[in-house]
Amino acid sequence: MDQHLLSIVLFTPLAGFAVLLLIPGSQKNLIKVWANLVGFAGFLISLPLVSRFDKSVSGFQFQESFDWIPSIGAHYHIGIDGISLLLIMLTTLIGFLAILSSWNAIDERVKSYYAMFLLLQTGMIGVFVSLDFFLFYVFWELVLVPMYFIIGVWGGPRKLYAAIKFFLYTLTGSVLMLLGILTLYFQYHQQFSAYTFEIADLIKLDLPLGLQQWVFWAFFIGFAIKVPMFPFHTWLPDAHVEAPTAGSVILASVLLKMGTYGFIRFSLPLVPKASVDQTIVQVLAVLSIIGIIYGALVSLMQQDWKKLVAYSSVSHLGFCTLGIFALNPNGLAGSVLQQINHGISTGMLFLIIGVIYERRHTREIAEYGGLAHVMPKYATVFAIAMLSSAGLPLLNGFIGEFTILQGAFEASHVWAAFSVMGVILGAAYLLWLYQRTMLGQVTNARNLHLPDLSLRELAVFLPLIAWSIWIGVYPKPYFELLEKPVQQIVERVRPDYYQGGAQRAAVVKPGVVQAGAAQ
Amino acid sequence: MNQFYSANETFALTPAITLALFGCWILVFDFLFVNPKQKRYFALVVVAGLIFVGIGLYRQQAYLTANGLSELTAFSGALRIDRFALYFNWVFELATLIIAIVSYNYLEIEGEHHGEYYALLLFAQCGMFFLATGADLITLFIGLELMALCFYVMVGFLRTDKRSNEAAMKYLLLGAFSSGFLVYGFSVMYGLSGSTRLTDVAAAVAARPAWDPVVFLAMTTTAVGLLFKISAAPFHMWAPDAYEGAPTTITAYLSVASKAASFAFLLRIFLGPLASARDSWEPLLAAVAILTMTIGNLAAISQTNIKRLLAYSSISHAGYMLLGLIAGNETGIQGIAVYVLVYAFMNLGAFLVVIALRRKNIIGEDLDDMAGLMYKSPGYAVLMLIFLLSLAGIPPTAGFLGKYYIFLSLIETHHYFLAVIATLYVAVAIYYYFRIVKIMFVGELTEKAPLATSFGLRLALGITGVLTLAVGVYPEPILHLAQSSFMR
Repeated sequence: MDQHLLSIVLFTPLAGFAVLLLIPGSQKNLIKVWANLVGFAGFLISLPLVSRFDKSVSGFQFQESFDWIPSIGAHYHIGIDGISLLLIMLTTLIGFLAILSSWNAIDERVKSYYAMFLLLQTGMIGVFVSLDFFLFYVFWELVLVPMYFIIGVWGGPRKLYAAIKFFLYTLTGSVLMLLGILTLYFQYHQQFSAYTFEIADLIKLDLPLGLQQWVFWAFFIGFAIKVPMFPFHTWLPDAHVEAPTAGSVILASVLLKMGTYGFIRFSLPLVPKASVDQTIVQVLAVLSIIGIIYGALVSLMQQDWKKLVAYSSVSHLGFCTLGIFALNPNGLAGSVLQQINHGISTGMLFLIIGVIYERRHTREIAEYGGLAHVMPKYATVFAIAMLSSAGLPLLNGFIGEFTILQGAFEASHVWAAFSVMGVILGAAYLLWLYQRTMLGQVTNARNLHLPDLSLRELAVFLPLIAWSIWIGVYPKPYFELLEKPVQQIVERVRPDYYQGGAQRAAVVKPGVVQAGAAQ
Repeated sequence: MNQFYSANETFALTPAITLALFGCWILVFDFLFVNPKQKRYFALVVVAGLIFVGIGLYRQQAYLTANGLSELTAFSGALRIDRFALYFNWVFELATLIIAIVSYNYLEIEGEHHGEYYALLLFAQCGMFFLATGADLITLFIGLELMALCFYVMVGFLRTDKRSNEAAMKYLLLGAFSSGFLVYGFSVMYGLSGSTRLTDVAAAVAARPAWDPVVFLAMTTTAVGLLFKISAAPFHMWAPDAYEGAPTTITAYLSVASKAASFAFLLRIFLGPLASARDSWEPLLAAVAILTMTIGNLAAISQTNIKRLLAYSSISHAGYMLLGLIAGNETGIQGIAVYVLVYAFMNLGAFLVVIALRRKNIIGEDLDDMAGLMYKSPGYAVLMLIFLLSLAGIPPTAGFLGKYYIFLSLIETHHYFLAVIATLYVAVAIYYYFRIVKIMFVGELTEKAPLATSFGLRLALGITGVLTLAVGVYPEPILHLAQSSFMR
């Protein structure tokens, strides 16, 4: 069991999907129960990954590898390190909660709906566990189709436009990324006269800077559209606004992380020279900072609750990419942690919007006001989610943003200065949103008798709240988990970092001491 | 007599003889089944014939393997049975089989059930056999004409349908015109070498200086003829009309088998006699490929007739396959082989769903006829989705493998520009394929008449659907087959 644990985690949703197809579509309740069971089982099965993960070992754990398509050198090779472990835990938890949250929201074509979610779940986990580029690409593309249907079938009024826009944007990016992958694959054949898609082999390539830059840009298109980085973000607000609640949650919490994960797992280690190239780093940092500030400013302007949160994702993901391209342990570790944080807090925010949308069927901010009097539990949950997203100390967002800022500061004072503005703006649009919707008197008569959170809804929020407080109060285990993989990546892109750059990294906060002490 | 004809020759010809014999039997015994209802038994005769053809092909393959031969020549080199030829013949075999078992129900609905139809299918495949095996200009040309003549008749098979007649006429006129170009090119090649054997022509062309005007003339005129057959732009005009007017079964057959055979022919010519003139045809074909992908993909966007849409999509696929030849390395040629095979079953599959839409009194070719298919026949809708994803080249479906090889070969030969264009058109293709998906899954169900299914259709859909997914998930056997067929 132990050596196949990761495969079991990966294929549990797929097996659940296969069984789901056998249930007749008229048995709506049975389908819902089954999908929830599979989601919950998927989460439970992934828990042993945490308990059996050995933090002190660098490299990948729970590895499984066998030949898949020998004639082109593609392997079924999966494994995880600290970074992927965190993202997988986020996926299995959010995936389950998204399914749970749909119980009342979806009443049409229930079977297809849950089938799509289970398929999506396998695709997302697959992206985070693949250690073979071919396998990675298959999972990467596998995610698109279910998401297209989730937006396109169960979405809002402009669902079809949003769905195809999402599909076309990401597909364009990924086919260009495929060219980058194939270039590496071919170069490997040139140098070692063997065909392989194994990341562990491709990493041995020694390419000239020019070629590395091309490959980097090819990867960049694929990952940046997914993140999405400015100026490729235009699909995101459409997709988020039109998608059903659970779709938005998955999209924001997990799907976007595939892009940032791609940068960390593939761009940096595979084309290290290009990744530290000054032009590229500057471009990426500038785009990230534009994303941070632009996303925040646009959020301030929104009349639509969901659109506001969607644009805030652009801003928050800007922090994540900035952290990555600070190219130091603080930046990277902060970035990964912030990805998890964003998954938790933005996931919660979308769920909160879903709750109110189910009751009132509108997302106009102006329609609301004073909800705290009517729905006190709801207002409390929203307060926690909002504060965690805004980066209040003792909640998760603070830790991530702070560490990223530290990393950014180490790389460039200017970057740090600009991104701090993003933090301030972030607090502004979130607090203002809270004030307009929750505080004051109830102005709209239709809001007077809204029911508060039900037990099921509360059950959806509680794990996320608990997780956000845990990270906020005691982030040490997370930094320990990230220490080795982050160190490996930094050593890969900046081989001299731990000798020469050690002094600069001397001032680190308690959680990251290990990373500094490892030199 | 023995001097020209031996057991070896018979052995090489077995599949063609079988095809012709079974075709003639059907013609002769057409009167046995007077009742149109009974004509469906001819589908069984075709299947029986194909089994014998399969045995013949298998024996040839076993013979090559057992004796460690790379090829088996007959008629002093006019026929060359090598793994390349056998590979393509298996593709034809698959296509004819699928078409035969879905035709009986379709023809009954169209009210044009005649024995000749089945005979023509077999004769056409006989022509394809010669296209794949021929190593002589005359043999190849006769094979091409045999195939094309059968198709002219089959495209116009719906005698009472104006569109079908128009399509046949258009196809015939343009086809004859392009054959003229082809023969002209052949005659120049003959003039260069004094022989019709491909090997002799190749030697004569190789002896010529680079950019020799005569070779260039032979190359361009031959290329026009060949590009017409694979419906590459700017010689694609006939395809949308012929595809739309023809009986849907024939549209499917035309788009798959005829295209595969023409590609076999094209490869034989361009990698044989014209191989040494690569410098002159590579830029030409690159331009044609870009134009083909552009026209195919962009024109498909605005189509409202499914058959026309699939016609333009099939044009764009020809462009992709051409890219493999432009790259021209082992990966590229192998890529064409893989592409031709996966294209065969995914495109057949997509047309099978369109065939099922044709019901008594419902033409069922319009995009709107697919509206809400998911509510009515979820199985068909999901299969169509799989075929369309595969046509677009999204993993884990078989279509991705074809594209994978083509892209890889372009990168290996440093055709980065072509590679970027080809990949970007994948996104365009998804747009129009997903117009169908959108209508099937989100559209309102307008008419409730059930789809026209039959045992043959369900079986064929099962075969193509399973192949599309299975090859996508575990492609090793197919890749292995393609590799062994094209390693030279």
